[in-house]
Amino acid sequence: MRRASLLSTVVLALAGLLWIGPYLWMVSTSFKSMQEIVAAPAVPVPSSLDPSAYAAVFEAVPVGRFFLNTLVMATAIALLQIALALPAGYALAKLRFAGKRWAFGLVLACLIIPPQVTFVPVFTMLGSAGLVNTMAALVLPFGVSAFGTFLVRQAMLSVPDEIIEAARLDGATELYIVYRVLGPIVQPTLAALFLFSFVYHYSDYFWPLMMTTDDRVRTLPLAVALLREQGTGARWNIIMAGNVILSLPTFAVFALTQRRILKAVTARALG
Amino acid sequence: MKPLRPSHPYLFLAPTLLVLGIFFIYPLLLALYRSFFAWDLLTEPVYVGGGHYEALWRSGELVETLGRTLGYSLVVVVWASALGLGFAVGLNREGAVYAFVRGAVFSAYIVSWVAVGLLWLWILDGDAGILAVGLKKLGLPTTAWLSNPDTALMTLAAVTVWKITGYAMVIFLAGLQDVPKSVLEAAALDGAGPWRRFWYVTWPLLRPTAAFVATTSLILSFQAFDIVRVMTQGGPVKATTIFVYAIYESVFMNLRVGRASALTVVFFALLLGLTALQLWAWRLGQREGTT
Repeated sequence: MRRASLLSTVVLALAGLLWIGPYLWMVSTSFKSMQEIVAAPAVPVPSSLDPSAYAAVFEAVPVGRFFLNTLVMATAIALLQIALALPAGYALAKLRFAGKRWAFGLVLACLIIPPQVTFVPVFTMLGSAGLVNTMAALVLPFGVSAFGTFLVRQAMLSVPDEIIEAARLDGATELYIVYRVLGPIVQPTLAALFLFSFVYHYSDYFWPLMMTTDDRVRTLPLAVALLREQGTGARWNIIMAGNVILSLPTFAVFALTQRRILKAVTARALG
Repeated sequence: MKPLRPSHPYLFLAPTLLVLGIFFIYPLLLALYRSFFAWDLLTEPVYVGGGHYEALWRSGELVETLGRTLGYSLVVVVWASALGLGFAVGLNREGAVYAFVRGAVFSAYIVSWVAVGLLWLWILDGDAGILAVGLKKLGLPTTAWLSNPDTALMTLAAVTVWKITGYAMVIFLAGLQDVPKSVLEAAALDGAGPWRRFWYVTWPLLRPTAAFVATTSLILSFQAFDIVRVMTQGGPVKATTIFVYAIYESVFMNLRVGRASALTVVFFALLLGLTALQLWAWRLGQREGTT
């Protein structure tokens, strides 16, 4: 057992130095003044907890507006994906109809088409539809998650047919069965899908960068990236303060829902 | 089950298939079509046949971009998989400290690329960055890693490894749960040391997981863009212009939609190839698992 604990010790030390260290450095820098950074760049702890870099971030960019945009976008995407995946998953898992294999094949095929492949044509499509710089350009292309549809279908496969038959006998409509009977049964899958989708789109830089130029709909990752591009010379304390503001919600969501998020990631792997 | 009305399944699938058709399938076809035209978004498109493909090939740009992308991806895959495996084995223990460290390593995977890119820009800064300052104090040589064409791409690869090691670790941890403790204990009783136990018991069972981690992180890193945009903007002298960044530059900086479409088509063909590789590795893993 000695060798195994040696590996554990090495990994702990490495992870502490290389993974936790940079996060601490980010927080520490955000509380320093620029003079302090220039005079003594290697001092680990700031001389005082000076929040002026945070104030400077709020002055440089409308953080509240960008944060709201990001929340609206990520929530809308996650909810839309769930709302559309439920009926689609139901049809693919439970109903018999012609063309089912084709429909399922199409969903699976879309799993291998990432936004990096579609952004050029979608940008021109949205441009000619007058939708560039709108919330629709950020939400609609992600309204369906091929992976989410697949996950919901898999979850519904294991729901016994008798539950649906009983609901039908009680006179429930199909929509009622999809959203009110099956929805709660596959709730753990929906929660994992929501979290995964929300966290991904909250952090996304690629798509909003391509589809927007207007501050009214731009999102927080773009604003924080702009902190560096603005003006002359990088003011690292302000940039790191922006970084803390951007990543704090991610850390908070992760800390609260760690188990679910890890489940979503491994489901993606094994699904 | 029989649908209540024959139209129901189609109605339930319609929104999903519509969105997938409009935003996944149609754009692919549109990119293919546009790749035969020269178009600057302002004037009328002009038909050029296979001109873009020919120019990309002749100028050597395609090969160079692909070389950079593959170089970057391979380094990322090898290091992220190896570190992820080491971390998974080392941190697969009970206790709050281990749980915390696992969480910290994994969190890098879900934090925005913007935050990760900016944080490492600061750490790697040639003048005031902690790494340069520390190395200078130790009397070791430093360089401006990101503005030196010889080191920029590998520096981006290192930062990417930092970001996705947590992903590899989590998948390996899930795989490790399938390794029966009783077999490991029996091997230990027979006098097998930790290294032999890993090599003869754990590793053969983890091989399908390893194939999965390697191929998914290959596809993931092949699509990298954000880190380039935040940290180097493709420079210095194109040293970090990898595939998706080259597409972006074509369309948004040079307004050459046709050329960007041709690059997109080639990029998707390469992704298809990588996916085929993934399926092959997965099938191989399945077969090994059953024998």
